[in-house]
Amino acid sequence: MSESLFDQLGGEAAVDAAVDIFYRKVLADTTINRFFDNTNMEEQAGKQKAFLTMAFGGPNNYNGTDMRQAHAKFVKMGLDDSHFDAVAGHLADTLKELDVPQDLIDQVGVIAESTRNDVLGR
Amino acid sequence: MAEHRIQLGEQLISCKTDETLLNALLRENVNISYGCQQGVCQSCMMRSLDSPPPSESQHGLTDKLKEQSYFLACRCYPQQAMRIGYRDHTDFVTYGTVSVKQNLNAETILLTLDIDNPFEYYAGQFVNLQRDDGLVRSYSIANNSINRKQLSFHIRRLAGGRFTEWAHEELKLGDRLSVSEPQGLCYYQSGKSEQPLLLIGTGSGLAPLAGIISEALHQGHQGEIHLYHGSRDINGLYWVEEMQQLADTHENFHYSPCVSQGEPASSMLAGRANDLAFKTLSDLKGWRVFLCGHPDMVNNSKRQAYLNGVSLADIYADAFHVASGSLD
Repeated sequence: MSESLFDQLGGEAAVDAAVDIFYRKVLADTTINRFFDNTNMEEQAGKQKAFLTMAFGGPNNYNGTDMRQAHAKFVKMGLDDSHFDAVAGHLADTLKELDVPQDLIDQVGVIAESTRNDVLGR
Repeated sequence: MAEHRIQLGEQLISCKTDETLLNALLRENVNISYGCQQGVCQSCMMRSLDSPPPSESQHGLTDKLKEQSYFLACRCYPQQAMRIGYRDHTDFVTYGTVSVKQNLNAETILLTLDIDNPFEYYAGQFVNLQRDDGLVRSYSIANNSINRKQLSFHIRRLAGGRFTEWAHEELKLGDRLSVSEPQGLCYYQSGKSEQPLLLIGTGSGLAPLAGIISEALHQGHQGEIHLYHGSRDINGLYWVEEMQQLADTHENFHYSPCVSQGEPASSMLAGRANDLAFKTLSDLKGWRVFLCGHPDMVNNSKRQAYLNGVSLADIYADAFHVASGSLD
């Protein structure tokens, strides 16, 4: 059996390294940072970690309904494909910065993409 | 099937060897927060009070949490009897006798307690102090951890604050207070001696920072140490001369007193401490940051420190929330 995507990426340590870079990019992006509550950085970072763990193919209990509910208020605020694309772009840039091979970045991109309709409430 | 006895406060729960502690607690209808049950969200974090928890139950926690025997109930298969507490569990462990009470400025006093049974703590942590009628408030330890027999606190008077008004007006030398075990995760750890440190505090947020600076200098910290202490006006600052002297005698310690309203005295900066710090130190990659004081300052600064390049794990913060019962 081949090594899982999660293990190829470096497991939980890789997630931690990625969260630190990824979340900084998201918060610094003025086109999307209004969607990210900054009153509780730890909780926010925890959510990013859960998301990245899922996108890395790691252990998760991804639930489309929860994802819809969590993002419903942002959809009302105008959350759309352009914002989703921006976040997905920051994720890919983060992995490039960490020298992750392109074929693995593509696999992460596919998993992240699979959440698009739930996030955007479609 | 074997079982282990788990003590949570007054309650005894038995946990089977093939079930997690979280499941045992839920089975017994213990009111505990939990979420993913996969060791990710950390909602069910608890603390072992008598023995190190199983190592797999600490997976993913920061070193500072591990060191203090925090663990995740959903990942914990007890190997022995355990005494556990909630995340914010406190025990009053000793008494202290007031040995120093003096004014730091018009609204803040320095209070020093001689401790009956000194305990270990890290500079920057806080304890709960309890008056004999049960009234409890949290105060940061303002000294380093080398002399454990005395703990000092900076107590700022809050309008209508029951504890602070009593401490300012009535507490006197020789009076006794209960002292809890040390708590809090905003503290100085030795190691990484070359790492530059940025400390930002408002008002009596200087207390834990002064303890941390004293500890770091005592332990021979090599990296640069920058302190920004802010207040609305000059009268809210204190220990200005003491900190300046410390800066004069330690080449790597830099002190910036900041005043956000009105005219600052010479050698003071005009503006908010956090704004000035982040403007001057725009690239903080690799730094360790300590933030203590007003909750808005702390939250804004966490974000700015992170955006300026500090790793989340290197941001230590203690927001001084005013106890809701203060204004009763």
